[in-house]
Amino acid sequence: MRRLRPETRWAYVFVLPWLIGLVLFQAGPMVASLVLSFTDYDLIGSPEFAGTANYARMMEDPKVARAIGNTVVYTLLHVPLAIALALALALVLNRVTGRAAGAFRTIFYLPSMTPYVAVGVLFLFLLNGQAGVVNQFLALFGVEGPQWTTDPDWILMGIVLMSLWNLGSTTIILFAALRNVPRELSEAAMIDGAGPWQRFRAVTLPMISSALFFVVIINTITSLQMFDQVYTMFFGNQTAQQSYGDAALFYVVYLFQQAFQFLRMGYASALAWVLFLVIAIITLVQVKVGNRLVYYEAEEHAG
Amino acid sequence: MSGSSVNPARTTAVPPDRAAAVSPGRTGPARSRRAGLAPVLVSALVAALAACGGVGSGGGGGGEKSGGGASLTTMGFGLPDEIATVRVEAFKKARPDVALQINEGQFDEQAFLSAIAAGNPPDVVYLPRDRIGGYAARGAIQPLDGCVTEQGIPTGDFYPAAQQQVKYDGKWYGMPEFYNSIVLVVNDKAAKDAGIDPAGIDTSDWDRLAELAGKMTRAKGGTIERFGFYPKLPEFLPLWAKANGADILSADGRTSRLDDPKVTEALAYAHRLVEAQGGWTKLKAFTDTFDYFGEGNPFAKDQIGAMLTEQFVVTAMAGTTPDVAITVLPFKDRRGNPVNNVGGNAWVIPKGARNPDAACAWVKTMTAADTWIAAARARADKRAQEGKAYTGTYTGNAKADEVIFSEIVKPSGRKAFDDAVKVIRSVQQAGFVVPQSAAAAEFRKAWEDAALRVLQGDQKAADALDRAHAEGQKAIDEATS
Repeated sequence: MRRLRPETRWAYVFVLPWLIGLVLFQAGPMVASLVLSFTDYDLIGSPEFAGTANYARMMEDPKVARAIGNTVVYTLLHVPLAIALALALALVLNRVTGRAAGAFRTIFYLPSMTPYVAVGVLFLFLLNGQAGVVNQFLALFGVEGPQWTTDPDWILMGIVLMSLWNLGSTTIILFAALRNVPRELSEAAMIDGAGPWQRFRAVTLPMISSALFFVVIINTITSLQMFDQVYTMFFGNQTAQQSYGDAALFYVVYLFQQAFQFLRMGYASALAWVLFLVIAIITLVQVKVGNRLVYYEAEEHAG
Repeated sequence: MSGSSVNPARTTAVPPDRAAAVSPGRTGPARSRRAGLAPVLVSALVAALAACGGVGSGGGGGGEKSGGGASLTTMGFGLPDEIATVRVEAFKKARPDVALQINEGQFDEQAFLSAIAAGNPPDVVYLPRDRIGGYAARGAIQPLDGCVTEQGIPTGDFYPAAQQQVKYDGKWYGMPEFYNSIVLVVNDKAAKDAGIDPAGIDTSDWDRLAELAGKMTRAKGGTIERFGFYPKLPEFLPLWAKANGADILSADGRTSRLDDPKVTEALAYAHRLVEAQGGWTKLKAFTDTFDYFGEGNPFAKDQIGAMLTEQFVVTAMAGTTPDVAITVLPFKDRRGNPVNNVGGNAWVIPKGARNPDAACAWVKTMTAADTWIAAARARADKRAQEGKAYTGTYTGNAKADEVIFSEIVKPSGRKAFDDAVKVIRSVQQAGFVVPQSAAAAEFRKAWEDAALRVLQGDQKAADALDRAHAEGQKAIDEATS
């Protein structure tokens, strides 16, 4: 084996705590859940080998189909909306200069400091069809708002609305990217007679495309793994669990129910692995597509 | 220290308390996945730290079982009031040798099962009785028959329905605590607005009940102002089925009866009631805004005409809004006899409990008639000091209730509540429970979802219940095979 340089060895020593954590708390449980996904396991008795029965069961389970449907619809609505809004906020932030800039940045980020569980409870009140602020606001315009929290046709829309509360990190990432767009490029374009929209399309957007790509991937993954807020709102206690049905059944919520409510650990592990594979595939596709659309500054020097 | 040398089973490190103290029957704060996992991680961490401390570091984290004093760890139980603390003191007096560790907070299924799976369970757990069947069938909790005979627990003191609910497959798996009855609570103002004497309302005539519901409802535009008659679906489906002369599950807990046409008829009727009053989505959103346990409860705010509810909603009102004008009545089946679907919590001993002997003593003490009576006296004294009425403590122990309601509960001078106490006492004997089954959780989910699909307008009652019947039966067959 090749001898390591002292610095490298020290680097490993410093990384060691993290590596131990990774193996013990991430890789270990992941391998365990892969094994469990081929078993029948109720947490109390010992696991019994079940072959691919858990995976076969998923194919037939109508609730899995419903949960996937809800999750996909949510992701398709949330990701574009969240990024468009966050980008708009970042553009506004980028125009604010001077002392106010710091204050605004903090204010824009503040919602992200709210714990997800609190956001869930808060929006249950805000969205309430009978007494919520959202419908009171709509009533000002003579619109009778829908029953966001109880009408199965509107529950998912309400959740999307709530999800737009937590734009802080996406906004900050895009804002940082905007700050890195060289001013001279915009100025050169302006001198060439480009209008604001043209400058945004031809200069700003390509320059921040790598950051955009990053937030698309991150938002997609977190959308597919949506859990905390939805669980708090619609599954948090026994009364809630019997009151809203499947309209808010997200994939991870169903996984959690199978694991900890019905004690089907094997089945839940299988669900988890399918989700992992799906996310891996989606991310792979995004990377492939992204390679064609994203501009990386480093390429210029390489090429 | 290397992590692998740590054996969490060696210490009784236990999850920290879950903050919220809990009163019986109320649904507690929402849980999150992180909140659920945290205790497991924390206990693992505490175990690891304890191991680092080496031999003889006991006394800090949580009593080692070495030597003389044994320890007893509870889960799912809080100390919100004198009903809890007086009984805990009684145990401490009976067993001063036991180092008691009460981890306050509501029962959390995930924390409970993780603790069992990790081989580090609490000694005694306080949980809803309707879950016992599933845990018993899986071997998560121990039969208590030995405990009953060795320590001579007078199980005959408990109400028959409470006894039935803590038994599975002919064995005792828990001892019952409270005994929650369902009654009809009428808002007098709503009844008078409808031109009816509240005391004369009779739920056995379903046509007239529907008519009354319509009369008591108030709506302005799309906004509900008063929910005329709240049938409490989906959760009270077993009660509605019983009122129509049907059981949803066979007595041995093995055969679903959800496909009984009488169940369908009951669900379809209750659904029509809801539709006629504005529809499920609006009414549910409206009831979501209620605070049953505060001064702004829906009766005080005239938001409810009448509703079916557990008796603790009534006793809470005696404390918060003693002047509220309500009438409490029995819920009668279609033949005119009272029906009452009872429930409550129970004490169980999990598999692998390290100190089952002390746990058994705990279970015995907490549910004994004398202990309950002492707790009720303390509550009555406290209420008297506050100048409030004491409306009784509804225990699972019939012998205790005899004394509590004949000697300790005195007429308060508030007729509504004095009459309510009599009504609640009168329906206790009519109490029934859905029999325990190995797939209790799945079966419940099946019928709740079915009722919900009907309320949401997705399915007709017959189709929804046929599906629930198939799902529920499949779950029971899988769990018992």
